[in-house]
This record gives sequence, structure tokens and C-alpha cells, in this order.
Amino acid sequence: MNHLTLKTLVVDDEIGIRLGVQRILCMHPTIDDLHGDTASFTVTTAETGRDALDLLKNEQFDLLILDHKLPDIQGLEILEHLAKDKIKTLTIMITAYASLDVAVSATKFGAFDFLAKPFTPDELISTVEKAIRHIALMKKAEQLEQEKKQVRFQFLSVLAHELKSPLAAVEGYLRIMDSKISGDSITSYDNAIQRSLCRIDGMRRMIMDLLDLTRIESGSKSRSIDKIDITHLSQNIIDGLRAIADKRMITIETFIDNTVPFLGDRGEIEIILNNLLSNAVKYNRDGGKVELSSRKDGSSLTIECKDTGIGMSEDDKARLFKEFSRIKNEKTKSIEGSGLGLSIVKKLVDLYDGSIAVTSEIDVGTTFRITLNENKGGPAKGNQ
Amino acid sequence: MNKTNASRVLVVDDDPDILDQTADFLKSAGFIVETATGETNAMELLNHSHYDLAVLDLMMENMDSGFTISHRIKKTNPETKVIIMSAVTKETGFNFGSGTREEKSWIKADAFINKDLRFEQLLSEINRILP
Repeated sequence: MNHLTLKTLVVDDEIGIRLGVQRILCMHPTIDDLHGDTASFTVTTAETGRDALDLLKNEQFDLLILDHKLPDIQGLEILEHLAKDKIKTLTIMITAYASLDVAVSATKFGAFDFLAKPFTPDELISTVEKAIRHIALMKKAEQLEQEKKQVRFQFLSVLAHELKSPLAAVEGYLRIMDSKISGDSITSYDNAIQRSLCRIDGMRRMIMDLLDLTRIESGSKSRSIDKIDITHLSQNIIDGLRAIADKRMITIETFIDNTVPFLGDRGEIEIILNNLLSNAVKYNRDGGKVELSSRKDGSSLTIECKDTGIGMSEDDKARLFKEFSRIKNEKTKSIEGSGLGLSIVKKLVDLYDGSIAVTSEIDVGTTFRITLNENKGGPAKGNQ
Repeated sequence: MNKTNASRVLVVDDDPDILDQTADFLKSAGFIVETATGETNAMELLNHSHYDLAVLDLMMENMDSGFTISHRIKKTNPETKVIIMSAVTKETGFNFGSGTREEKSWIKADAFINKDLRFEQLLSEINRILP
């Protein structure tokens, strides 16, 4: 919510017009309903074209109310000067009644709008309000562009760090092997080799996740809406996790009500389920349990994934869906992940106008609760 | 070799492999090494242990975890030396999330080095700053 003070320059050789416009603008109540912002005016006046140009060259004006016919330089000429010197200001040109061809030339020369003399205060306000809405929109767009750049820079910086880390780790292990500090037997370097392979696998998965993430964000991931059999889909994923789960004696139970199928994109639902289930297994304790339940209410699908794992603190929870955010402590030391899984899940959930809720207690377990709403398909939305 | 016999070093890094490699290297150089996996873990250890030197990664739970830990160390144990290591060099223009370059004057680290440096270079920095 910003308040914009719009610096306005009124240029007319008639003092009545100058003072009149100034009074009308300054007395007008603050304009609101400008895409969340409000605006008011500060008004400067000028009598001649030359005076106007001097002011315009030295100060930044948001709005210029300019008479077409001035004693020295013509209004149109002033517009030419502004264009040549790349001075940005929104211009409303005041023209004599019936000079429609002047109005047309004015807009061709860069004027935003025109106002025909004689005009009532209401006509002035109405024209000015149109211009102000335009200015407010431009400022908002600029602000969003800046924010976007900031976010992107931050993301890229963290990405560089995240990719450099595994490279540094692998390089460190290779140097250890190169130095033969633990002797000539290759078996002495088993840990170095296994850890290196693990880190490389992590990098590869991070790159794949990044591709997924950018594709979802840019809306270039094509979607095809189908009836999804959640039982079948989750069974495939669980089968894939079976090897890891069995090794650590983790049981996975499902309570899925599939009587009414959910209409969604199979690939997206698969990514969501896969992330939830693989996290539930990865961060679980040996001999622990995973429970997946799912239910459809009307056009909403609720998925709950509960684990008896290491849980997380409030701080960790707050960072959970941020890109590259991973919980790093003694307990998670040997757990691999790109840190992008949950941010991808969040973006997918957004596509379904859904929600995610997390409850967790350290050393007790974590529950993820996701709600997805059926939508009518079509291309994935861009940055929302 | 290290100058002081059996100096106690705390190494903090959220990358488990870098943490192990750095700890192993310093142990083989004769230091007594304790490790922490991040800012929270380090703060816990600092509550009840004293160290002659801390070697800290910069970006862990937070963008400026290393600075936070360093600040805490210097406040409670000013004689403890601190080396901050970062993998994100100045060339990226990234200000480590802790404000402008002017604000860096409050960061009391005894050395600030690039993570890409070889361990031998870390050792010479340590020998330079440890009494």
C-alpha cells in the first residue's frame, strides 16, 4: 500500500486556467483504488513554453498538463523536446474545442490524453484520474520487476552455493585419495568413494528438480487432466520405496478412499505423493511407520502423510518450503536430497488452489496434510 | 605444524563431507577437533565448551550463520580466534545477507577466507593468527 504524491506541472498562458487547475487538483480528495495505492498532487505552474522546459529539464514531474497554444513555443514542440531528451512524464494536452486534428497529433507526439477547452472541473478530474491510474500501474509494474530481480538474484546465489558444495566435497575426497594419506590400498578409501558417488547423485537429482521447478514456474509444463486412481498411483511409488523401507524395517500403510476418482494431472499428483512418501521414509527412524491416507470430498482431495520420524523444530518448519532449504543436523547427516522437493510440491499445490499444513514434533514424527481442488485444466499458470 | 600444543578447534559446517574432511585434516595437523553441523548445534556446544579457534562456514541455517556465531564467540570469549570460510566469493556481488560492506566492520573474524583454498592454506592462516 503506497501513497503516491504526483508532481504535476500546469502550463498555460492564461492565469485563470493555471490557478483553476491548481485549485481543483489540490482540493480534490485523495484518489484511491489505484491497485492498492492512493495518490494526491503537488502542483507547479508555468506561463510560457520556455519556463516549462526549464522546469521539466531540472525536475522530475509525474504529470504534465500542457496548453497546446502558448505564446512562445508550441505545446507540440515541447512534446518533441521531451521525447528527444527522453524526459518521462505523462502529458495531458489542453486543446481548443473542435481542434480534433491537434488532439490526434498530440497523442502521436506522445501525449497520453487531451482535454478540450472549455472544460469543467469534473472533466478535468476525470481525465486526470485516467492518467493517474496509468501512472500508478506503471509504478506498480516497476516495483514488481525490481522485486522479481531481487528474488531471482537471491535464488541464483543460493543455487551456485548449493551446486558448489557437492563439487567441493567430491574434490576433497579425490585429493585425499590422490595424496594416498591412508596408504596404497583402495579399500582404505571406500568411504571417500561411496560419499563421492552419493554427492554426485545428489547433484544430478538437484538439476532434475531444478528443471522441474523452472518448467512448472514458466507454465511450459503441459498438463493433461485425467481421472486419477490414487490407490494405484501410490502403490507404484511405495513399491519403488520398498527396498529402502524394508532395509530399515519401516512399514508403509495406506488408507485410501478411491470411490470417487480425482481429476488432475497424473504427473503432478505423482510428484506430490512421491515427495511426501520418500520424505516420510527418509526421515523416519528404523522400525518406524508411514501412514498415507486420502479422501475425496466433493471436488477436493485431501491427502495426509504421517511418519514416526525425527520431526522438526518450529524454525525448520518455517523454512520448509523454501528453495534448497534442508534440515541439517546430526540426525539428517546421511540423508540426501536437493532441498527442492517441497518447494516443487508447494508450487504444484498452488496450481490446484490447494493448501499444505504441517504438524511436527521432534523425535515423535511429522504429518503433512495436503488439499487439492479439481480445476478445469488448461496450461499451468505462470508466477502467481 | 601448529604452534601451540593441542589447541582446541571447533569446526562448523552444514556440509557433512566438508565437515569431516576439514576435521580430519586438522586432527592430522595435531589439533583437538570438535565439530558442529550448523548454527544451532554450534551455539549448544559453545554454551559449555571453550575453544582456542573456531573455523566457521558462512551460510548454514541462515545466510549469515557464520557471522552470528562469530559475534557470539567474540562477545563471550574474545580470545578465541575465528576464521570464517565462504564458498560464495565477492565476485558474485553477494553481500552475504548481512547488509552493506560498511556494516561488515562489526564482524569480528580474525580471518575471512575463500572455501576453495587448499587445506594447506587454511593451516598457514591458522598458524598466522594463533598465538
